This record gives sequence, C-alpha cells and structure tokens, in this order.
Amino acid sequence: MLIFIARRLLFALALLFAVSAFTYVIFAALPSDPAALTCGKNCRPEVIAMNRVRLGYDKPIVVQYGQYLKGIVKGRTYGASEGVHCPAPSLGYSFRKHQCVTDLITRSLPVTASVALGAFVLWMLIGIGLGTMAALKRGRWPDRLATGFSVVGISLPTFFVGLLAIMVFVIWTGLLPFPRYEGITSNPAKWFMSLILPWFTLAIVSASSYVRLTRNGILEVMNEEFVRLGLAKGLRRRTLIVKYVMRAALLPIVTIAGLDFAALLGGAVITESVFNLPGMGKLSIMAVNDSDLPILVATTLVAAVFIVIANAFVDILYGFLDPRVRSY
Amino acid sequence: MTNATPLLSVRDLHVSFKTNDGIVKAVDGVSFDVANGQTMGIVGESGSGKSVMVSAIMRLNFGTDVIVSGQILLNGIDLLALPESEMRQVRGRDIAMIFQDPLSALNPFYTVGYQIAEAYLVHHPKTPKAQVEAIVLNALDKVGIPDARKRIKSYPHEFSGGMRQRIVIAMALINKPKLLIADEPTTALDVTVQAQILELIDSLREENNSAVMLITHDLGVVAETIQQVMVMYAGRTAEYAAVQDLFDTPSHPYTQGLLRAVRSFDQSTRGSLVSISGTPPSLINLPEACAFRPRCSHEKGPLSACATQRPELRTIGASQSACHLSADEVSRVQREAFSK
Repeated sequence: MLIFIARRLLFALALLFAVSAFTYVIFAALPSDPAALTCGKNCRPEVIAMNRVRLGYDKPIVVQYGQYLKGIVKGRTYGASEGVHCPAPSLGYSFRKHQCVTDLITRSLPVTASVALGAFVLWMLIGIGLGTMAALKRGRWPDRLATGFSVVGISLPTFFVGLLAIMVFVIWTGLLPFPRYEGITSNPAKWFMSLILPWFTLAIVSASSYVRLTRNGILEVMNEEFVRLGLAKGLRRRTLIVKYVMRAALLPIVTIAGLDFAALLGGAVITESVFNLPGMGKLSIMAVNDSDLPILVATTLVAAVFIVIANAFVDILYGFLDPRVRSY
Repeated sequence: MTNATPLLSVRDLHVSFKTNDGIVKAVDGVSFDVANGQTMGIVGESGSGKSVMVSAIMRLNFGTDVIVSGQILLNGIDLLALPESEMRQVRGRDIAMIFQDPLSALNPFYTVGYQIAEAYLVHHPKTPKAQVEAIVLNALDKVGIPDARKRIKSYPHEFSGGMRQRIVIAMALINKPKLLIADEPTTALDVTVQAQILELIDSLREENNSAVMLITHDLGVVAETIQQVMVMYAGRTAEYAAVQDLFDTPSHPYTQGLLRAVRSFDQSTRGSLVSISGTPPSLINLPEACAFRPRCSHEKGPLSACATQRPELRTIGASQSACHLSADEVSRVQREAFSK
C-alpha cells in the first residue's frame, strides 16, 4: 500500500511539472506580446523594448520558464533596480493591476473555496440522497420525482438557475439580501448569507447528474451475485443495502466527485459572475478581458494543480476503498 | 418416492415474471420432495427454470415483478407464507446456497474471513470474537483451504477459482443447514477441480447429514452422488426418477436425448455424439401443447395429443414422465437405444 501511494504521488509530481511547462508554453506562444501589455495603449516602442529586456521576455522560452519556476520557489523581483519584489511563491506580476499575481490569487481562492466546499457538500447530499431514494423505490413516485429533478437540473444552465434564484429570493420575496461577498473571518453570518444562493444554484445543477449516477449504480449492484449471496446468508435488507450495495455503488462516484470538486476550485466562472463573487472564476474572466497574461497563466496553473492533486487523492482513496486496486 | 416425511416438499410451484412482452412462466407447476440426507439432482438446459426455482425456494427474487405461487414446505412449514423477518432466519441457517460463479458471489470489498464470520454471526449474534474465529478457521480447514489462519485476511480476488468455491462452500455450511442448494457449483470451474468440489460437497453432506439439491446441466456430473433426479424442460418437470432408473430406462424423449448426448461421448460404443436439435421455446405464451414437441424425435408418430394437450406427469416404467407416449412405445425405444 505504501509503495502504491508513493508511486502515485511521484507520478502526480511529474504530472505537475509537465502541466506547468505546457501551460507556460501555450501562453508564451500566444500572438499577444507580453511586453506590449506592460504599459498603456499609447506606449512608445522604446518603452516596450526596454520592458521586454527588463522582464526577460527577450530570452528564449526555456530560460523564461526556468525563471518562472525559480520565482515560485524563491520569489522574484520584476523590473531592474526600482522593480517590484514578489516573495515566494511568486506566480508573476500583473502590470494591469500593479499587483503580485500570488496576492490576487490568495485573495480570490478563499472565495472560490467557500463556494465550492458548501456547494459540494450540498450537492453530494442531494445527489446521493435522491439517487438512493430513487433506486430503492424504483418505478414508484419517489423515483419519478428524483429522476424528474435530475432531468430538469441537467437541462437548466447555471446562469439561468442563478438568476432565477436571485429573482425569487432576493427581488420578489426579499428573503435574502442581495449577495455581497464577505470574508468568513470578518463576518461569518454575512458570509453564510451571501453564499446560500450560490451554493444551492451550483448544487442543484451538479447534483442532477449525481442522482442518476447513484440511482443507476445502486440498481446495477443490486443485481450482482454477491448481493444475492448476502441475502441468501440471511442478512437484513438494510445491512445489505448499506454494507454491500452502497459501498460498491458509491465507489465510482468518489472518483467523479473528487475531480468535479477540484475543477470547481479552479473557479466556478458562471456562478461567480452571476452572484458577483470575487473568486478565481471572476479573476480569470477579468484577466481574459484585459489580456492579463501573468494572471491567466497562474489561474490555469492553480486549477491544474487542484485537478492533479485531486486525481492522486482519489486514486489513493480508491486503494483504501477497493482491495482489488491495492494489489497492482 | 420417499416414505418418511420429506425435509423439503415443493407443491405445484409457479414462478412468473412480468415483462414488457408478457408474462414469462419460468416455473410452471413443479412438485418434488427432498428427504433428509438425500441428494437430489435437477437437470435441464439453460432457461429451463432450474435457477429461478431454487431462487424461489429461498425467496431471493425480491423484485416486485415476480409472482410466486404454490407451496414450499420445509419440515411442514410453508416458506412462501412466512413473513420476511422469519424467512430471513431460514436463509443461511436452514437452507444455504452455493452459487455458480464464486468470484461474483463473494463480496470483493471484504476479506473472506469477515464474510464467513458474517454468515455465522447473522444467526448467532453476540458470539465472542475468538470463538467465531475458531469456527471460521475450522470451516476453512474442512473445505481444504491450506494455511487458513493467514488466508482469512485475504480478499476473494486473491484466491484461485477452486479455492473461492471452497470458501463459498465453507460459508454455506457454517450454520450446518438442513438443506444445501448448489446451483451449478462446478460450471465456472476448471474441469480438474470440478470433481474435487463435488466430492467435497458430498462428504460434507454426509458429515452434517444435510440434504443437497444439486442443479446442473451436465448429466455426467449427477451420476455419482445423486439419488433422485428431476429433469426440467421449459419450466416443467419432464421426468422424475431415481438416478439409476433414469440412466437405464429413460422414459421422456428429452431425457433420452440428453443421455445420448452424453453416452456416445464418454463410452467407447460406436455411436456418435447425438445432439438435440432446436432450441428451448420462449416461455411467454406457451401454447396448450407439449413444449418439447418441436424438438421431439417422436414427432412423426401418430400422437395428435402432443399438439393439443400438455402432458401431465405420470408413471411410465420406473419413472414419472410428462409424455403422451404409451408405456409400450417408451419401452420399445428404451430396448433399442439403451439396453446394455
């Protein structure tokens, strides 16, 4: 098992390197000139040329990438003598915002994490709960209800659900204030209130597919021979469903859930835009609009890191959950 | 057939499934007895209703679209009338089952030791841990798992097919059931292991004085250990006889066909392998006729009854047979094809 974990982690590390290099190269290959983006629209060519040299954009891409990695490890000073220093881990400097990218990300990430975590808990509860109910009452009204919910949820786009929620709960009924994000440390109650709608919006949309996954998974496992043997042993139906059926049926869902959650940490772009949450998604969108390359590289990289970590985590978890995985 | 009160007595058992195409009569009025300590064989090709029937005996079809009627008397108690909570006590304690494919029958997520202990603990709750372990080890010893103390911590996928089936057998016998149902216990195994497993089942039957119902589609398998045989076709009993009589004087054309397919194969007589042409009928909307008629080698015969009437089980010679043929005609065929 230890060897399995070690091997999996090493692989994840290698993958991270590959992903970072790939991301960096892609953005470097873009037709926009990073040096030209460092000063305003009516920039004199001499300034651009000077900035190019000062920021190292004139060097070969391998060197640039090396400096970038070095910045992550040791911190980096952008510009020459009077330049800005961003301490490690430095993911670059945004000339548009005149800030270290790392600072921008450390400010956005908690927002996204708040959204993602709450939504994730909700959608797993809704998805697995409804899915299990549907499977156990197959063909009867709870099943119809759950499958109906899932069809509706899958068909509705996030922005629609989000706007609908704002309309119903904020504008029509006034049950909730218009969501304005507040840090959890400064005001937990306000933090919670501002996130209820985004959580439910994301949860409803994402839970829909989990209802189906859970329902079909359970129905499939119920037909397995080992469940029949469990019944033939004299096990209670409830024991059988929890210990035999659910355990086997939820296993593949763990994989998908881990990856979905990681993807969410990279930024729930639409939800954050609808509810005006200053998270990773919002940061990326702004960076795209401004062609702010350093931010884009960083947000892409951070999202990728989450995916890779989640992947490794899920694989290792799988090893604990399924003895068959352990032995290879 | 048996003079003492039988352990298991099945009377007019019907099992049907509701499907979109209509009602499938998988088992259609089957009756038989199994005596204490006896081994009964149930033979028939795939889809003849064998497995469905034994599932019904343990009430394992827990879907809503299954209809079961008739009587299944275990020591005089009708299992079909028991509430689920009491039926649960019967499963695994009075009747245990061995499945066809031991890999898919064992839960991949738990160690074999855990799964066997679980089978014991369901019916003996609150047994001290050490005692359960001793019982599990003893059970594994009996079915011939070497190094049992170490192996109880292994998972099903870490065993070979034959070993897995031994584990399933150990699990089935842990509560010393009165009746052991073995649903094609050797089908998924290597030929070399098949005989070992059958011998094991038989020796454990003798030790526990259990009765065994052995389901198989292989007549060769039954010959050694079985006393009574029921041949099933299309959800009904085609022939029901003592095993020796069935082999010597098979009455039903279907049984005769099955035997020809085996005999010519393993004996040095000159005949070639004779197969039964055609396939079993669909079990939806079976007509009022002999279900075997389209494949029957006597079909050219003068019996118009075959096309209009389902043959009931009746005594022909030493066996009971569901065939319209007269006893004379049957014995003529027997003399020609099966006399030694």
